[in-house]
This record gives sequence, C-alpha cells and structure tokens, in this order.
Amino acid sequence: MQHRRFNPRNIWKYVLSVVLVVIYCMPLYVMLNMAFKSMTDSSSRLSPPKELFWGNFAQLFQEGSIVRALINTLVITVFTVLIEVVLGCMAAYPLARHRSRFNKLINAVMMGVMMIPPLSILVGVYSTLVSLHATSTFWGMIIVSAAFGLPMPIYFFTKFITTIPRSLDEAAQIDGCNTLQVFFHVILPQMKPAIATIVILNGVGMWNEYGYALYILQKPSMYTLTLTISQYFSSGGANNLNGAAAAACIATLPMIIMYLFLQRYFIQGTVDSAVKG
Amino acid sequence: MSKTLRTLRKSRINLFYVPALVLMLLFVAYPFAQAIHLSFTNWNGYSQTMHAVGFANYVSMLHDPNLRTAFINTLIYGFGSAFFQNVLGLLFALFLNSRFRGHSIVRTFIYLPVMISGLIMGYIIYYFVQYDGGIFNEILGWFGAAPVDFMAQRWRAVLIITAINIWQYAGISMVIYMAGLQSIPTTYYEAARIDGAGTLRCFWSITLPLITPAMATAVVMNLIGGLKLFDVIMALTGGGPGFATNSLSTYISNQYFNAQRAGYSAAVGIATFLLIVLVAGIFNHLFATRELEA
Repeated sequence: MQHRRFNPRNIWKYVLSVVLVVIYCMPLYVMLNMAFKSMTDSSSRLSPPKELFWGNFAQLFQEGSIVRALINTLVITVFTVLIEVVLGCMAAYPLARHRSRFNKLINAVMMGVMMIPPLSILVGVYSTLVSLHATSTFWGMIIVSAAFGLPMPIYFFTKFITTIPRSLDEAAQIDGCNTLQVFFHVILPQMKPAIATIVILNGVGMWNEYGYALYILQKPSMYTLTLTISQYFSSGGANNLNGAAAAACIATLPMIIMYLFLQRYFIQGTVDSAVKG
Repeated sequence: MSKTLRTLRKSRINLFYVPALVLMLLFVAYPFAQAIHLSFTNWNGYSQTMHAVGFANYVSMLHDPNLRTAFINTLIYGFGSAFFQNVLGLLFALFLNSRFRGHSIVRTFIYLPVMISGLIMGYIIYYFVQYDGGIFNEILGWFGAAPVDFMAQRWRAVLIITAINIWQYAGISMVIYMAGLQSIPTTYYEAARIDGAGTLRCFWSITLPLITPAMATAVVMNLIGGLKLFDVIMALTGGGPGFATNSLSTYISNQYFNAQRAGYSAAVGIATFLLIVLVAGIFNHLFATRELEA
C-alpha cells in the first residue's frame, strides 16, 4: 500500500468528511450530553456539560430495572443466537451436501420463510404462544425469534459449505469417518468465519429487537433493554429526559464499543450475507 | 446391501435439518396458517368464541381510511427509504472509494448508527424534534424563526421518519456498494481513459453496469426494511397524531392490541405479507433481466 500524503487538491474531501462525521455523530453526542447533565440543567442541549454529572447513572443503577434489562437481553440474545447457529449448521450440512430434489424443496420452503415479515403474522404467532402458555416467558421469546431468524443462517451456511471441496469429505470417509465425524472434524472447524458473521449480525439484531418483545414479554420483570428504554421515554420519562438518555447510553454502548473494536467483521459480515451467491 | 437400504443410509444425513425444520413449522408455518384462518373470523383477540365471517375483513379493508393512510405511508417509508438510501449509499461509496487519508474513519461513523436499535434512535431524535427545548427549534430560534411542532402534521412527520430511516441505514448500502466498487478491475478504467472516456462516461458505462448486482441486493434489502418499518414510528409518534403516521406494521399491532380487532389485524397482516412478497419479487425480476442484458 502506497504512502498517502496530504494533498491540497483533496481539501474538499476533508471538508465533506468533517461534515459527514458531524452529521453522523450528532445524535450520539446529544445522547451523551443529555446523560451527563442534571435534570435541572436548562442549558442548550448542544452545549457540553460544565462538569460530568453521574447522578443519572447512579439513579438508574439504584433503581435497578436497567440492570435487569441488561441481563434479560443478554440471556435472550445468547440463547437465540446459540439455537440459530447450532440448528443452522446442522441444517446447512445436508442441504449443501445431499442435493436431492426433496432437499431442494426443503430449501425453497426455508427461503420462503425468510420472506415473511414477522409482524405481519403477529396475530397467528401470539395466539399460538397463548395456547402454549408461552407468553411472558423467555423460552417463548427465544424460540419464536430463533424460528424467524433461522432461514438466514441456513442460507448463509449452506452457501459457505458448498465452497468447501467435497474431496475433503471423501478423504475423511476413506479414513473411516462416518457422516457425523465428517461434520464435526472436517466441516465444522472450517465454518468459524461464517459462524462469527452470523453471531455478529443476529446478535446485534436480537440485542435491538423490539417488535416481538413488546408483545411476548409483558411482565416488567422480563423487559429487555428496548422495552425498558421505551418505559423511560414514555411513562413519566418525558419529565426526566436526562435519565432516559443515560438509560439509552447503557443500552447502546455495549454494541457501539463492540463495533468499534470489531468493525471489520461487522462490515464484512454485512457484505458477505448480502451479496447473492 | 440393497439399494433402498443404501439410499436410506445416505439420506440419514437429512436428519440433521429436522430440528430446524420442526422449529420453523411450529413457530412460523403454523402461526402463518393460523393467521390466515383468523383473518376470516371476527375474533377480538382474547375471548374463547369467534365466528367465521368469510371475506368481511378483507372487504372492510377497502373502506378503512386509516388503512389507506397506513398503506400510503408504508409505500413512502419503503420506496422513499430505498431510493435515497441507495443514492446516498452509492455517493458515499464513490466518495470513500476515492481513497484519501482518513476515509476509513468516515466509513466507521456512517455505519455506526446501524448498530443502534431503531427504537432508541427514534427516542434520541426526539431530543431534536421536541417542541419545547428541541434542538431544531433552538436552531430556528437563532434565526428568529418561530418554533415548529415537527411531529404534529402528517406529511412533515412522515418525511421526518423516512429521513431518519434513510440516515440511519444508508451505511448498509454504502458498504455493499464499496464492496461492489472494489470488485471492478482498475484496468477497465485505464483502458477507457486511453480511449478518451471522461469521469462521467466511465461511471455510466463501467461502474453502473458492473455494480448492478450490488444494487439489486441493496435495493431489495432497503425496500423490505422500509416496508416493515416499525421501531422508529413507535418511538416518535406511536402512529399518531391520530392514525396519520402509521405504517402497516404499526397499524397491525394497533388493531390487534388496542382496537381488539384481531381478525381484522390478521387480514391486514396477510395483505402486508403479500405486498412485500410482490414488491420484492418485482424488483428481483427487474434486476435479474437487467443483469442478463448487461
């Protein structure tokens, strides 16, 4: 890579860059700004706080619902993504290696599921959960999310396994591996980057999930971050927008920090999963 | 070993996808069938009894002014977002692809809002559009202009919601286009330059045709995302004032949980599903034929 020097002809690029960065940082700046100001601070929302005020955060942790929401969200995200990865890998293996007509049909069915916007069949999902007594349960939330989230990993993993040379499978079989052993010793170890992509993409998706959580998790003790945040902003939160901003910080910072450290994987994952194979 | 036994042994591998299939059948396919069934009833969402009403729900959709509003809004959210996200995404990608010092920092920040829940982003934007003390009104005040109640009027509110969605997710189109641009061999441009092609000519004749696959992906992704829009609307207006900013998604949940018209809500859901499948299908087809020509 060649060494780039500052070029005066590029000055407009730097001006435009600064404008773009400012536009894209503004909301986050305002969120942080509000979070570190006391409720009684009536200065402009654009001006930085004179000194960092930690009271909003202290109050949030004292009250405790944000901590519970963090734990709830973490539990739901981890288990949903775990189910998606395990079942997704398992399903992709035969679909990539055993291309019978029947399996092509199964594949088509799964891709069809990908087209269904979850909220459009809200009534059906919710009434199904009611009859299973699964409303306001974590497992209900996890299993519904996993079911709707599965087609993407299956599609992605299938595409990925197809690129692993079949001769590797055959070599292992000649050495006496059965199908299961081929899967665990040959296929799975190579799937690490694909699994990382899915963990990142679906993990962010679940962390930020709102549509279904709103209806499935109706007990306040089960609220996820998005539900808790909406509590802060809607009910009486309008009086304490500073506290609400602090809560929004706690909800978003884990994702933002992870993104800043692993951004290459986040961006590559988006591209890989989007580009049609 | 007999032939059937061998095929049986070979297809034992298929057992691997059974768990995934069962999960999807139980929690997607069955609810889907259930939703179709309920859309032909007058169920209110909680009582034990319901009556079949035939196509009554679908007929009343035609005469529901609130649904018409939600439908038109959804088209604006969907097509408006997709159009501007792609124009912006492509412009950003071209800009960042011109390789200057620090271009990757700009990319980092443009993609950053994708990490944040649409709901929380909506709430953060509330700090800007709030009538009392909102940042936009403060800025208007600097110029001596009267404060504006941004979310009180239908069209203004719909445009603001669309704009937030465009701004927040333009980064996705941008990274898809950046990958597309990087896959174009630079020799093409060098050859064109020798033949005397200018920058614009290069763009129309090389860049645009060769990034059609990236465009197909980005357009369809953004369309589906915009047509499903839910979180931002819930955060900023909850579908209001009245029903003015509802999308089909927010209207579905409103009819089910607030109006207790579960049967009707199911019918609207099925219609929404068909709309999205139709739009995605049309655009996939359009791009597929374009790729063949290119």
